[in-house]
Amino acid sequence: MRRFTLIAIPYFWLLALFLVPFLIVLKISLSDTALAIPPYMPSLDLSEGWAGFMAFLTELDFENFVWLTEDDLYWKAYLSSLQIAFFSTVLTLIVGYPIAYAMARAPEEWRPTLLMLVILPFWTSFLIRVYSWMGILSQEGYLNQALMSLGLISEPLIILNTNIAVYIGIVYTYLPFMILPIYAALEKLDGSLLEAAEDLGCSRASAFWLVTIPLSKQGIIAGCFLVFIPTIGEFVIPSLLGGSQTLMIGKVLSEEFFSNRDWPVASAVAIILLLILVIPIILFQRNEQKQREAEK
Amino acid sequence: MRKLTWFNVTSLTLGFAFLYLPMVILVIYSFNASKLVTVWAGFSTKWYAELFQNQAFLDAAWVTLRVAVVSSTFATILGTMAAYVMVRAGRFYGRTLFSGMIYAPLVMPEVITGLSLLLLFIGIGLDRGILTIVLAHTTFSMCYVSVVVSSRLVSFDQSLEEAALDLGCSPWQAFRLVTLPIIAPAVISGWLLAFTLSLDDLVIASFTSGPSATTLPMKIWSSVRLGVNPQINALSTIMIAIVTVGVITASLISKRASVRALEDEQAAART
Repeated sequence: MRRFTLIAIPYFWLLALFLVPFLIVLKISLSDTALAIPPYMPSLDLSEGWAGFMAFLTELDFENFVWLTEDDLYWKAYLSSLQIAFFSTVLTLIVGYPIAYAMARAPEEWRPTLLMLVILPFWTSFLIRVYSWMGILSQEGYLNQALMSLGLISEPLIILNTNIAVYIGIVYTYLPFMILPIYAALEKLDGSLLEAAEDLGCSRASAFWLVTIPLSKQGIIAGCFLVFIPTIGEFVIPSLLGGSQTLMIGKVLSEEFFSNRDWPVASAVAIILLLILVIPIILFQRNEQKQREAEK
Repeated sequence: MRKLTWFNVTSLTLGFAFLYLPMVILVIYSFNASKLVTVWAGFSTKWYAELFQNQAFLDAAWVTLRVAVVSSTFATILGTMAAYVMVRAGRFYGRTLFSGMIYAPLVMPEVITGLSLLLLFIGIGLDRGILTIVLAHTTFSMCYVSVVVSSRLVSFDQSLEEAALDLGCSPWQAFRLVTLPIIAPAVISGWLLAFTLSLDDLVIASFTSGPSATTLPMKIWSSVRLGVNPQINALSTIMIAIVTVGVITASLISKRASVRALEDEQAAART
């Protein structure tokens, strides 16, 4: 009995506040837009019993999904989200790997401090960290001021409200997610393997490519997914740093919902976003499983 | 011992400069006297004074704090229960669904979590306000708590619990007297994580709150959309200071506690 209560409480909480809301989104994505409150049709009427339920089912259709494929705004938004997520993941890897590498090579007594310095920004407000770039990148911002006083440029660069600012924002905020798993993999790396490679005639660089990179592969993969997955649905960064030409699906979804009040289309956008995310999530899970098995 | 090469020193310096410079600039310019945020015009604390007179910000901060304390406490209780169920309860009907529901919110885009909860609250006719934000925050942070707590539960020696049961403890007593003290550091860090997630959340709160409740991130959001603002710089500085002090203290405490817990466990295992 006690065991039942222990299982039941978190179970029903999650059913009621995670699974049911998700099913509601699924249902509304199959409904039609209507000028009513709530603004969609049909609504489930259980007073007519089974017949009412069947009538309800027949009124659901995939119209919104068809509509999403016809209007190229949505295609472009999905593609550009994937593109921005992909390139910013690559950029974060390029920036993060040398930092993780240097941390793993640092004297042992420094490492806890370095680790804390990487984790600290994670606890600081995400919104504030994104906001801090607005003052740096704007036309009369600190970056332009610095570059102009150094005489490197004569006219201010336009960075804020472009995709470049979005990339900078993503790399900045997600960098800890890339550094930590790579650092974890590199820290375990046995230094004698590198010495062996060098003794056997490898140059330093080829030892790095042939030994260090393959042995930190799991960390690289984990880090890339940890950046890629949340970036696709990102809303705050494109809204604050991006411009009107920055199309990202998280932004489109909330505009569809709040500005156009088109709930069925917003729900359909959400369902497709999830379908896109399923593939990287499954790959990520597999990678984690492999890692766990390798550790056993 | 290995020495750092110049390449490693450079990447550490540049890396940490990149991570910290934007925040340092923010802190410095929060003491700028000029209203033009990018032009330095002498030291002043007037933006702090203005901030503390801004009732809207103070109200929002109070809402945020209440939501964070309540939701992280519920999330810790529910998340610890969920972790215990996942690690200890063995097989039961619907276990796969349960673990799916624990992990799915971790990867769910915030816009979708927010949208789905909003549609639920509208569907059941619940008035949106502090209560709905608390429900939303509890739900997504309990999943983070359960991941943190279950990793600790997996690593500890189950025979200690069995010994307590053999010696006549009820399951609840065994949990309270043996398990809970051992997993306490993880439960505390779970609470802190849930608390920070709640303090920080903008997207889910904007979806699930009504006109009666505005949280601090929502307030910050609506003012920074118009551009850089010196009062927000002052507010950010205060928040950065609180987090820095908090994280350093918490890491010192948890380091001491985990060392002690490990020693206790080893001592118990030896005797």
